[in-house]
Amino acid sequence: MKLIDSLVIAIRSLFANKLRSSLTMLGIIIGVGAVITLMSVGRGAQAAVTSTFEQMGTNVLYIMPSTSELGGLAGITSGYMTPSLTLDDAEALERVPSVVAVDPVNENYVEVTAGGESKVAVIHGATPDYQQVYNSSLAWGQFISDRNVASRDMVVVLGDGVTEDLFGSADPVGQRVKIKGKRFTVIGVLEPKGGQMMGVSLDDVVVTPITTFQTKLFTQRTPSGEDAVQTIGVQVASAEVMAEVREEIETVLRKRHRIAEGEENDFAIISMEQIVGMLEQVTGVFTLFLGAIAGISLLVGGIGIMNIMLVSVTERTREIGIRKAVGAKRRDILIQFLLEASMLSLVGGGIGIIGGWMISKAISLIDIGGMTIHSVVSPDIVILAISVSIFIGLVSGIYPAMRAARLNPIDALHYG
Amino acid sequence: MIELENVTKVYRMGKVEVFALRGVTLSIEEGEMVAIQGASGSGKSTLLNVIGCLDRPTSGRYVFDGADVSRLNDNQLAEMRNRKFGFVFQEYNLLSRASALSNVELPLIYGGNRHKRQRAMEALERVGLAPRAKHKPTELSGGEQQRVAIARALVNNPALILADEPTGNLDSASTAEIISIFRQLNRDGITVVIVTHEADIAAQTQHTIRLSDGEIVSQ
Repeated sequence: MKLIDSLVIAIRSLFANKLRSSLTMLGIIIGVGAVITLMSVGRGAQAAVTSTFEQMGTNVLYIMPSTSELGGLAGITSGYMTPSLTLDDAEALERVPSVVAVDPVNENYVEVTAGGESKVAVIHGATPDYQQVYNSSLAWGQFISDRNVASRDMVVVLGDGVTEDLFGSADPVGQRVKIKGKRFTVIGVLEPKGGQMMGVSLDDVVVTPITTFQTKLFTQRTPSGEDAVQTIGVQVASAEVMAEVREEIETVLRKRHRIAEGEENDFAIISMEQIVGMLEQVTGVFTLFLGAIAGISLLVGGIGIMNIMLVSVTERTREIGIRKAVGAKRRDILIQFLLEASMLSLVGGGIGIIGGWMISKAISLIDIGGMTIHSVVSPDIVILAISVSIFIGLVSGIYPAMRAARLNPIDALHYG
Repeated sequence: MIELENVTKVYRMGKVEVFALRGVTLSIEEGEMVAIQGASGSGKSTLLNVIGCLDRPTSGRYVFDGADVSRLNDNQLAEMRNRKFGFVFQEYNLLSRASALSNVELPLIYGGNRHKRQRAMEALERVGLAPRAKHKPTELSGGEQQRVAIARALVNNPALILADEPTGNLDSASTAEIISIFRQLNRDGITVVIVTHEADIAAQTQHTIRLSDGEIVSQ
């Protein structure tokens, strides 16, 4: 028997039961669609997170107060730890070989107002090195100078988002803004960066001298009574010397903090690579988890196919008998039922891929609190979905098909 | 052409063994038209199924055209059914969703033959049903359905046509028509074996085998 004839027979019998065939396919359509949608959204989220952090500069180490380096992601929320770092620590790190820039940063949320407009933004207390560490370039004006830091000047550099909301397209340099009831002079505007972190645009930022931040805006002291620094960003000359610099920084800070041998650090050193790695791991597990949930519905779809094929074999026992009586071999019957099951899952899989692709494109258009997920329907996800649906078709078809093929022609002819 | 030697067929119904055939020995020559007659339960259908390779004998020897058929495997039996035999059943056994033409084509599909359409059409012409080729079985009368089944049986140019109570569901006019088709096929050189319990059909054949309780009582 020729394969084309088997194919025609299979297609005819699927069309003879249109409603049943489409309902059976629906299970696979939903399963494959869910796999495609969830996997691509997960991938999109992963890509968004990774690119955000990569925009913040590589070759950078972050030092934060911590009780243990195992703090992991908790290290990022450094504001909640007992402060242990100071500006003197930062200054000491500048003398470590291969360190290109040291940037102590304090961070908080504030409301910035100007001329009746207001905007919630992240305020960074920083030093001139901030520009280098965070890859920020200026659109207008100038950045904070060492003199601004030394004399605790009431000046700010605005991010693009803040500028646009408060001043529109006008040049705000020289204008005044109000933060926590205090007046600040705008001395510069940052180029737009794009991207978000935790749902907040990286352009909704205000930079002020760290000394101003510490004394005029948010006062926080270390246990020994000095003004505290939340994070120290250290830019290293190259990726090759990262490990050495890291060790050197640890030695310097332990000495400065008078930490006895065997005692734990009161700070943590985290590299951007570590952060990206951790986030990739988290989002990767998240994606896998979503995929597994979708996989369950795919499995249910497969069971649906098997169920329908078993019913179909029983219903068509007589047909099988007729086919055998006129010369159909076991193999012919086996192939016919396998083809029917495979076509159900393959066509369902195809529709599911198209549907999932459209849904994930639609999700890309949705704005979730200022953030969009550019879902990525990559070929490997599609190939995975297709091979899984072919596999499901074969696996769920093989048992019913074998039952059909094994039927004794006489018994089959006299069935029912 | 057909040599059966001491053929038995035993069915197991739970723990009870039922003897459908108890040592049947017979021979049928090429070109004959033979009737197998007997009461219901006499084993005549079983005998027909064994001859047509739809069923295997429990013991004994079956030689068809000089070849021992009792030793063939499932695939070889399927090939025998496809190439050598044509079956006609009491219940017609047509695929209800397929047209008359598609039903007649079926053996050609499994035989991997060429010119299927054309040969199926020729077979329908031989039974006088060419004008109804596109009709589905439900749109045909019983006699017409049985003629489609006969066309299906002869489309592969079989050596032997086996009919199991072919007129059991038909009125007398259709019965006469079907029997005359069988006689015509027999005149064309095809060996025909008909299972029947009607004496007047048996009377129209050259040779009648009478079965009772799984044994031949006369031949």
